[in-house]
Amino acid sequence: MATAESSETNQYLTFNLDGEVFGLAILKVREVLDFTSITRVPQTPQYMRGVINLRGSVVPVMDLRLKFNMAETEKNVNTCIIITEVELNGELVVLGALADSVQEVVDLDASQIEPPPHMGTRLRTEFIKGMGKHGDGFIIVLDIDRVFSSEDLATVQAAAPQIADPV
Amino acid sequence: MDVHAEAFKEEAYELLAELETSLLELEERPDDSEVVGRVFRAMHTIKGSGAMFGFDAVSEFTHEVETAFDRVREGFIQVTPELISLTLQARDKILDLLDNGGDGQDAEARQIVKDFQRICCCRESCQTETSAPKTTGSGPSPASGSRTYRIRFKPVPSLFVSGSNPLLLLAELQEMGESTVIAHLDTIPMLDEYVPEECYTFWDIILTTDKDENGIRDVFIFVEDLCELRIDVIYEEGDFEEHEEYKRLGEILIERGDISAEALNEIIGQQQRLGEKLVQSRTVEQSRIDAALLEQEHIKKIREKAQPKAKAASSIRVDSTRLDNLVDLVGELVTVQARLTQKADGAQDPDLLLIAEEVERLTTELRDNTMSIRMLPIGSTFSKFRRLVRDLSRDLGKEIEMTTEGAETELDKTVIDQLNDPLVHIIRNSLDHGIESPQARLAAGKGKGGTVHLSARHSGAFVLIEIRDDGAGLDPEKLRAKAVSKGLIAADADLSKEECYALILAAGFSTAEKVTDVSGRGVGMDVVKRSIDNLRGEIGIHSELGVGTTITLKLPLTLAIIDGLLVKISADFFVIPLSMVDECIELTREEAFLAKKRSMMTFRNDIFSYINLRDSFAISGEPPAIERVVLANVKGERIGFGVDQVIGQHQTVIKTLSNVYKDVSGISGATILGDGTVALVLDVNQLVQDNTHGA
Repeated sequence: MATAESSETNQYLTFNLDGEVFGLAILKVREVLDFTSITRVPQTPQYMRGVINLRGSVVPVMDLRLKFNMAETEKNVNTCIIITEVELNGELVVLGALADSVQEVVDLDASQIEPPPHMGTRLRTEFIKGMGKHGDGFIIVLDIDRVFSSEDLATVQAAAPQIADPV
Repeated sequence: MDVHAEAFKEEAYELLAELETSLLELEERPDDSEVVGRVFRAMHTIKGSGAMFGFDAVSEFTHEVETAFDRVREGFIQVTPELISLTLQARDKILDLLDNGGDGQDAEARQIVKDFQRICCCRESCQTETSAPKTTGSGPSPASGSRTYRIRFKPVPSLFVSGSNPLLLLAELQEMGESTVIAHLDTIPMLDEYVPEECYTFWDIILTTDKDENGIRDVFIFVEDLCELRIDVIYEEGDFEEHEEYKRLGEILIERGDISAEALNEIIGQQQRLGEKLVQSRTVEQSRIDAALLEQEHIKKIREKAQPKAKAASSIRVDSTRLDNLVDLVGELVTVQARLTQKADGAQDPDLLLIAEEVERLTTELRDNTMSIRMLPIGSTFSKFRRLVRDLSRDLGKEIEMTTEGAETELDKTVIDQLNDPLVHIIRNSLDHGIESPQARLAAGKGKGGTVHLSARHSGAFVLIEIRDDGAGLDPEKLRAKAVSKGLIAADADLSKEECYALILAAGFSTAEKVTDVSGRGVGMDVVKRSIDNLRGEIGIHSELGVGTTITLKLPLTLAIIDGLLVKISADFFVIPLSMVDECIELTREEAFLAKKRSMMTFRNDIFSYINLRDSFAISGEPPAIERVVLANVKGERIGFGVDQVIGQHQTVIKTLSNVYKDVSGISGATILGDGTVALVLDVNQLVQDNTHGA
């Protein structure tokens, strides 16, 4: 593997979420898996889909669509889990992110990335590192550390036991 | 830091720990020359290897202490409490030098050195005369006990006629001590001349025993007239201290009368290995030489035993991360094995089933063995506390003795590591708040000195660690009043005695009117509780006013692999630690409905609390017509957990849930099932607690 001296690589893995193209710095990505069964952990936010078995280790998986206020990911043949290494409170944590499909690895020069607009996107701008121009379209480059570490990732949803009145 | 220095440090830590134990032992038995020797050797090793690996400050400093103990060893200085305190202080200084570097020239170090020199000098001048005769007595201990004999037992051919069995005699000798038996077969004739009723064989026995010669002769008492018996003492304990080598082959043969000195000298003239030469020249039979060589071996073995230093290392030092890796691998193997078994069960192939069973057996054995590698006796932790108790009781002006029991009880290394701080807290509390001052004790009609008793023992899959003091005990009323004033409980709360005791574990609770630096500011016990919870353990408090308090920690033997009960709710799998499960029962929908409504259920005329896991985990879906209830024993109380289905026993390799989930309560980890899906391991204690608070 070529290790450039520059700390920032300009390679990005692109993937689809609800029709939009997102990019993820390739250094953060460990591997891409097919969708497998996910075990839900109780009392966690809805976008934390649960944990999977990654060759013997237990890895949490987040549904990026839910996190970004899109509809829940529907499983299909292209659905996959991007395994990333994220810095969380100073610790390196392995986390999975659900994506509709993974596309390709693209080169984006720093000059091709513009700061995120303040309006006009569906998701919170703090998750976005910038907008990359690629071909005719845009790639939303994510700041994955922020996506995972922001606010309530570790907090347990106030366990509101939905013991509705028995019908 | 390079590897060798690291290895030295590790060794030094061990030596220092040992030193501490020895010193405390010495305090109790100041005359024990063996312990003095141990202290000296530890110091000596630290000094020597310290200098070798460039820890000059450590080495120089230790030298002073070593000198003092050399004097003690020679009998010039007596062991006094002052000397012990000073040496303990020096020990801490060495530890400090190891950890933090430094040149050993600071005020503290210099003071210690000065004190040592003062002790050495003043004792020497005033005590040389009086202690001189003592030294002679404490020299190398006189040859006591075991001696090594060479016995030649040569029965007459007609031995068998008398009905004696020489093998029984030999067996009897072997029971007397360590022995080497050599049979001489060279007098056995060819088959056509052989008379089966005659004994042709004779034996040489090298025997190390504490019996005397008469004791040996007694063995042969019934055959005395039927044999030629020769018994020589060839080695006595304490003998040969100066000799490096045991007798040479030739000497042995002469002593045994197998060869004359003249014949030997003649042969020695020719340069060759003596043994071969003797055989070649047909002066001595091969078997006699073998016997003589065996004698050399035997003595060598006995001597090695007498000198513990020469003992071969029976253990190796392994980096603990490697062990952790091994445990991880075994964990994965267990998972794969579970898959294999599942597959084999379905395949209906007897051969495959056989293999699967074999693999299962081996895996279980491998698992147990690997786990046992990580097991350490808790004794090392206990001896650390001896020092703590000693120092603290001085600071507090109390007379407190610590006794221990079950130091050999083994626990997982991770558990032991994490157990240290909680135990320190508890012991400090016992010493500070529990045991009264000597005056108060006398007034209460107790002995002046208090006792703290530490014990450990196995109980099923758990280890029970008990810290018992004979102090004032806990006053439930006082605890209750305090908790009310702190706003921890309502003023009219109805609490049992046990619940009152448990209050001391609550955060922000401290009963000591006077806050000392010894047992902190009431942050102690809730930290203890958290640490023990993390280890999936329990704390039990039992106390009697005026008699004492007992705190019991119940800890799982190991953290990595447990036996679990696999249950299913909707599509999700959960594991309940099997050690907590009492039994499984069924509830019909109506019963379940009632149970849910009341959070209670009845079974065999008993009433239990009932927690429906589907509800507490907010799992959607329709419960089945017949619900299963797992009855678990939680802190002595039976509680039912409602689940959909009980699958069965499962060897559970516990994986930690990611940090992301660290705040999730009621789940202590995850495990991977045979088909690769993930099941969550329930933290039953926590679940119960959450539900109690919610109610």
